[in-house]
Amino acid sequence: MASKFTRSNRVGWLMAGPAALLIAVFVVLPFIFAIGLSFTNQRLISPNPTEFVGLANYEQLLGIGVLTLEPERDAAGAVLRDADGAPKYPTLRSVTRNNPDFPQFAGMREWFSFQLGEHPTYVLARDVVFMKAIVNTFIFVIVVAPVQAGLALGLALLINQRLKGINLFRAIYFMPVVVSIVVVSLLWRFIYDGSSGLLNNLLAALSFGALPRIDWLGEPSTALGAIIAMSIWQAVGFHMVIWLSGLQTISPTLYEAAAIEGSSKWQVFRYVTWPGLRNTAVLILIVITMQAFALFSQIDVMTGGGPLDSTQTIVFQAVERGYGKQDISGGSTISVILFVIVFSISLIQRYLTREKQ
Amino acid sequence: MSKFGTFAGILLATTLSSGAAFAQTTLSMWYHGAGSEQEVSILNQITADFNASQSDWKVELQAFPQAAYNDSIVAGALAGNLPDIVDVDGPVMPNWAWAGYLQPLQIDETKIASFLPGTKGMWDGKLYSIGLWDAAISLVTRQSILDELGLRTPTLEQPWTKDEFMDALSKAKASGKFEYALDLGTAWTGEWYPYAFSPFLQSFGGDIIDRSTYKTAEGVLNGDKAVEFGTWWQSLFTDGYAEATQDPAARDAGFNSGKYAFSWNGNWAALGTLAAFDDVLFLPAPDFGNGPKIGAASWQFGVSAKSAHPDGASKFIEFALQDKYLAAYSNGIGLIPATASAAAMTENYKEGGKLAVFYGLSEKQALVRPVTPSYVVAAKVFEKALADIAKGAPVADTLDAAVDEIDADIEKNGDYGF
Amino acid sequence: MATIASDNRGLRLAVRYAVLILIAVIFIFPLIFMVMSSFKPDQQLLNDTGSFAAFLPVGDISLDNYADAFKRAPVGLFIFNSVLVTGVTVILSLLICSAAAFAFVFVDWRGRELVLTAILATLIVPFETIAIPLLLIASKLPWLGFDGLTFGWLNSYQVQIVPFIADGLTIFLFVQYFKDLPGELIEAARVEGASWGQVYRKVVMPLAGPVLATAAILKFLVMYNQYLWPLMVVQQEGYRPVMVGLQYFFQLNRAWGEIMAYLSLITVPVLAFYLFLQRAFIASIASTGVKG
Repeated sequence: MASKFTRSNRVGWLMAGPAALLIAVFVVLPFIFAIGLSFTNQRLISPNPTEFVGLANYEQLLGIGVLTLEPERDAAGAVLRDADGAPKYPTLRSVTRNNPDFPQFAGMREWFSFQLGEHPTYVLARDVVFMKAIVNTFIFVIVVAPVQAGLALGLALLINQRLKGINLFRAIYFMPVVVSIVVVSLLWRFIYDGSSGLLNNLLAALSFGALPRIDWLGEPSTALGAIIAMSIWQAVGFHMVIWLSGLQTISPTLYEAAAIEGSSKWQVFRYVTWPGLRNTAVLILIVITMQAFALFSQIDVMTGGGPLDSTQTIVFQAVERGYGKQDISGGSTISVILFVIVFSISLIQRYLTREKQ
Repeated sequence: MSKFGTFAGILLATTLSSGAAFAQTTLSMWYHGAGSEQEVSILNQITADFNASQSDWKVELQAFPQAAYNDSIVAGALAGNLPDIVDVDGPVMPNWAWAGYLQPLQIDETKIASFLPGTKGMWDGKLYSIGLWDAAISLVTRQSILDELGLRTPTLEQPWTKDEFMDALSKAKASGKFEYALDLGTAWTGEWYPYAFSPFLQSFGGDIIDRSTYKTAEGVLNGDKAVEFGTWWQSLFTDGYAEATQDPAARDAGFNSGKYAFSWNGNWAALGTLAAFDDVLFLPAPDFGNGPKIGAASWQFGVSAKSAHPDGASKFIEFALQDKYLAAYSNGIGLIPATASAAAMTENYKEGGKLAVFYGLSEKQALVRPVTPSYVVAAKVFEKALADIAKGAPVADTLDAAVDEIDADIEKNGDYGF
Repeated sequence: MATIASDNRGLRLAVRYAVLILIAVIFIFPLIFMVMSSFKPDQQLLNDTGSFAAFLPVGDISLDNYADAFKRAPVGLFIFNSVLVTGVTVILSLLICSAAAFAFVFVDWRGRELVLTAILATLIVPFETIAIPLLLIASKLPWLGFDGLTFGWLNSYQVQIVPFIADGLTIFLFVQYFKDLPGELIEAARVEGASWGQVYRKVVMPLAGPVLATAAILKFLVMYNQYLWPLMVVQQEGYRPVMVGLQYFFQLNRAWGEIMAYLSLITVPVLAFYLFLQRAFIASIASTGVKG
């Protein structure tokens, strides 16, 4: 709406200036600082001078190699076989450690492996933990974003009815949100406890003891799922409120018109409610995605990235390195990588949710 | 200072003691014990006594919660805002000294000749920190449990061998009376892992870092002895003797409620156990081949490098080293006093006292963690490796990865000056 | 016929309430566990965790944990600090971010697109990843206060407030909401000779109730739960907020009862704030129906 009534450079800068200045000083400047650090060997604590190291930090984090092992052969070139007749392969360790024949794999570890043809093929990573952190973070985002947004919408629709005492339910559904995630994580550790936890006792009671007790946070197969469930439980109320405020701004006259036309409930949702929620939907999806990528506190309190790296996440690794292991340049590199990842995703999101003309 | 600050100051009105003359120069001090009333009140007593004892210096105390303390120091150092006197966890001291956070103490070493070795923070041939106490770990059990399982009572002179220890665990498990035979305290993450478990590795003959050069972990953390240790460590969990994920509440109350037959725990928890049972035993660490070992060194006092008054700061620390304060700390929170003469003044550590055995353990078995700036990172790597192995990660590969990470860190830091 | 229909309605109402209550139970049970535990001695608390007793005020019930918590730490001071820092930040944030969003949506000015894009990009930067550079900056910044010009913001309230006043998310919330407001309203007001300030105050903000509430809640939660930052920049107990205070209770042998008491105490202000907002904004907009 570029009319002469809306154009004013002075007013624009005057009103947006304070926010822009604050963000420039307290977010952009430190982030540029972090980008700079990612090209150095800066330590958090060190009397040594800082040196420029180019892309070494990025190579260290993202280096990947693929290795197909050849079976061991005797002097005549025949394949050595073990007692069961399977070919004998050298250990991965013998290739990646102190082996001058394979300098490119030095210090790498197995990320995952598969059988390609008849020989095992290994995908090696210079930093397996970070690779796992990336994968876990993506799993978290991919599960949490739709599930949390969907559940929140369901709750909002449920709560958006005129019933006696509905405000009480609204407050209760919102309650987990007001409790700090650190506090929530502490409480849920009791619930998830492997021996005497509430969840195990509840499941045992419901199944009359048929279900085995599970150490929810202690098993690599369940830990991330447990954290996902808790995170959704904690945050869904907040997104419910955002949906709710979106719902409540849809004009009642539209619903009245739909009622006169005898629309079904689904039709009302599809043609009245949902179109009215478009901006809200974009907002919610973006907010959830951003928050999910920043997953940190739950991990810090509940698992510390374990068991067996099944709950490592990108931000947890950034903090663990930058502070815990005093490697501020490594931590900064992770922040930059995260920024690039999320920025790309938001460009895609923006493209997909663009206003269709 | 804003008016809010003044208001907050009035609200606070708890810890800071005054009563000083005007000419006194103020020395600031940070301490890790916020939330532990007894600890802070003893230290308040010491500062009050010191401030009243002379007219040059006045120490002002700022207490931090322990979990936030190291991060606060690092942040304070980065921002150029360290106090005159700090307290520092023994194994972390070399890192801070190397980084230039600390300066050597101006205390004559003859004054601390009688102190337990674990209380002296030596780095680069100089005394950087000194502790009023040490801590020690023992294998806690009850006489009735040993009798029932038909086990020999080990002594300092003749501790259990590895076989005897494993026999004890398997008998405890077979008895069916305990949820788990051994409470290792895996619920306590952080420094507990290297402090409590690296002595096992050292008793096997390995170590976290090669102490002959301090430049690598190759060979000591992934050599045969270390792999043997790792395999044993893993077997504790796969054989069902101990839990790899432990509920923190079980750590706090498990042994006292009969959940475990043995508990690997520190002297600070001993008073609670003594209150729960009347036949508690604090046994020495088993010998896994290379002699029985437990960790040494606890929190110690040091002077920050930026302090403009290192003489006054050292004076305060020296003042705090009096036997009566050592004894007060011990009586207050169950720690091992740094000198034998102070031990004699305490309730629990005097000849025949309930915890006197810990003084012997500290003297006979204690080994400091590797004295090097790289320890801080190595300790974290070690913790993760042990947690992973406990969860079933392949032993040799995991230890290799740990070695790689420690070595990479040492290299990145220019060998930490070695 | 009539009686059957009303029976049917009653049944449906009952089902609705049953669903609502069931969901309510799912959302509230850990909090009931927290509050009930705060009245119990440690050993009993731990014994109860696995059973239904965890949700009941049974056994040896007392306020001892609360008394002990106040003895262990200056709980009132921590809550005061957090409420002060949070309150001031929320108010300033709503003002500054809504003004910025107003400029982005309704005013046409050079640099608008670029600045908005840059601000939205900062949404992606998690605070943890810039904390150290920010610390270095904050330790050098000047401040004009009651005692003149000083350098370095450590140990103050402003260091906990100013860096968090403006943030991409809050601005984004306002921008998305303002986009839905009818632009003709603004143009009409301008044609009638209203100044930009008047349009902002008299036309736009009165319609912004829902987004103000949402932004306020979000900001409140972020600020009230600050841990890492105050840990780094506040060394004096007098300025410490609640989440750092929580660490006072994590001694080697944890006093779980006291922890639960402290957690219950620090949750009260947030709950009160939400209930206040719910009354002030969210409920009210249902009747106004501003958009469409």
